[in-house]
Amino acid sequence: MVLFKLILIVSILLISLVIAMYSTLFERKIAGFFQDRFGPDRAGPGGLLQPLADGVKLFFKEEFMPAKADKFLYIMGPSLTMLVALLTSAIIPWGPGITVKGTHYYFQVADINIGVLYSFAVVSVGVYGIMIGGWASNNKFSLLGAIRASSQMISYELAMGLSIIAVVMMTGSLSLKDIVEGQHGFNWNIWYQPLGFIIFLVCAYAECNRSPFDLPECETELVGGYHTEYSSMKLGFYLFAEYINMFISSAMISTLYFGGYNFPFMDSHALSVNAVGIIGTTVLFLKISFFGFLYMWIRWTLPRFRYDQLMYLGWKKLIPIAIVNMIITGLVIMIFR
Amino acid sequence: MNPLTKRSKIVSDKKMTQLERLYLPGIISGMAITLKHFFSRKATIRYPEKKREFSEIYRARHVLKRDDEGRERCTACGLCALSCPAEAITMVADERKPGEEHLYREEKYARIYEIDMLRCIFCGLCEEACPKEAIFLTKEIVRSGYVRDVFIYGKDRLLEPADPDKRIDISKRQTPEVIEFKRDKNQRHNK
Repeated sequence: MVLFKLILIVSILLISLVIAMYSTLFERKIAGFFQDRFGPDRAGPGGLLQPLADGVKLFFKEEFMPAKADKFLYIMGPSLTMLVALLTSAIIPWGPGITVKGTHYYFQVADINIGVLYSFAVVSVGVYGIMIGGWASNNKFSLLGAIRASSQMISYELAMGLSIIAVVMMTGSLSLKDIVEGQHGFNWNIWYQPLGFIIFLVCAYAECNRSPFDLPECETELVGGYHTEYSSMKLGFYLFAEYINMFISSAMISTLYFGGYNFPFMDSHALSVNAVGIIGTTVLFLKISFFGFLYMWIRWTLPRFRYDQLMYLGWKKLIPIAIVNMIITGLVIMIFR
Repeated sequence: MNPLTKRSKIVSDKKMTQLERLYLPGIISGMAITLKHFFSRKATIRYPEKKREFSEIYRARHVLKRDDEGRERCTACGLCALSCPAEAITMVADERKPGEEHLYREEKYARIYEIDMLRCIFCGLCEEACPKEAIFLTKEIVRSGYVRDVFIYGKDRLLEPADPDKRIDISKRQTPEVIEFKRDKNQRHNK
């Protein structure tokens, strides 16, 4: 079992890294297609080697550090961002698992009974990566970006938490495994929590600093935001962490609202346990790819919010709606159970 | 006032309706527009593999023609240089020596013939002025370069190959109407 967990950890790590790597290519490809272009297609067949070329380029760039930067924190920033981005993947159930020689292997690294809370804790620490990076750069644009990032993430975490509470109330458990198994078959949470889903989606976009909430790295106002002073692979880590965050948050959205690895007709007798396991994982990854695509779709459709609009939306719209959603869910549960 | 295009819209600062204030319908219609572009035909032409189609009479790089026996047609009269509005053409004339009859058609020829491709505006007046049907513009594009020197094209690059199979086809530019036009004595250049 320990060996299985080890293999699972390594493969999840590798899969997240590879997916993040190729998301950069797909982001550019999709951006191109949305703008009536083809996007990068020169490196390798259909541009498939582009991420490698980008990676090599980033590695060979000059490592520049501003003269008055805080050395320790300057290196700490991107490392922390990367670490935190990868941590959440530990609690996501990747599939119903397979049975080999009588032992059932469930595709989840750690089924902790406070799963949702854990993911929140980790996401909150994510603010520090950006904050520290922006602070250590000793640059006014970096600092402004960092301040924006931290206040944005703190504001949207509230609404996000409130929207998940409704899901947790329905399941009666904080464990992600229980939440997924509560959505067996086609009994997905999205049918009961459409409003909560929209709030969660918007907050997830804000948490990942993705357009239309990409104010922390707003190029037109802040040069590059919190990573203005970063170059080479440190910058690469920041950008990479953003794509890992996208991947993980897509996985979280699929898990919380779209049934995770559950798919319709999974109980039919034609399917063996292992077949369900494999199809389930594939289905989960299909859902994740759809949400990944949605991230890019939204990015290339919507313009950036103004900062006061961002705060207005977060505090005056999303939080009240989330609270109302929570109260209604509570009432419905109280009356019908 | 008539609208300039069919797509023009009258703007007003009226208050947004409750549905518009919700912002979500706006987002969805915007996403529908981008999705439509996602599947639409791409405007890109993949350049080195696929070239943009040019008109048959596109005017780019010049060629100095030879006659059927492979002799240079140019007689260094200087009319092309005279007609050139950009003053891009320079030439030095020389006299044909005995024994060079197979190289030059006329008794006088251009020893040096240079066109500065940075000055040239590809108007085609040189071609129009030439009484010997010696200079024509082709569809081939002048290559880009890092230094200015490479843009001064001498005879080595302008002259078409003597090999009959490698001649540059200019029949699209030298149509019967063009030949007739060149013979017209009422035109200034033929007087």
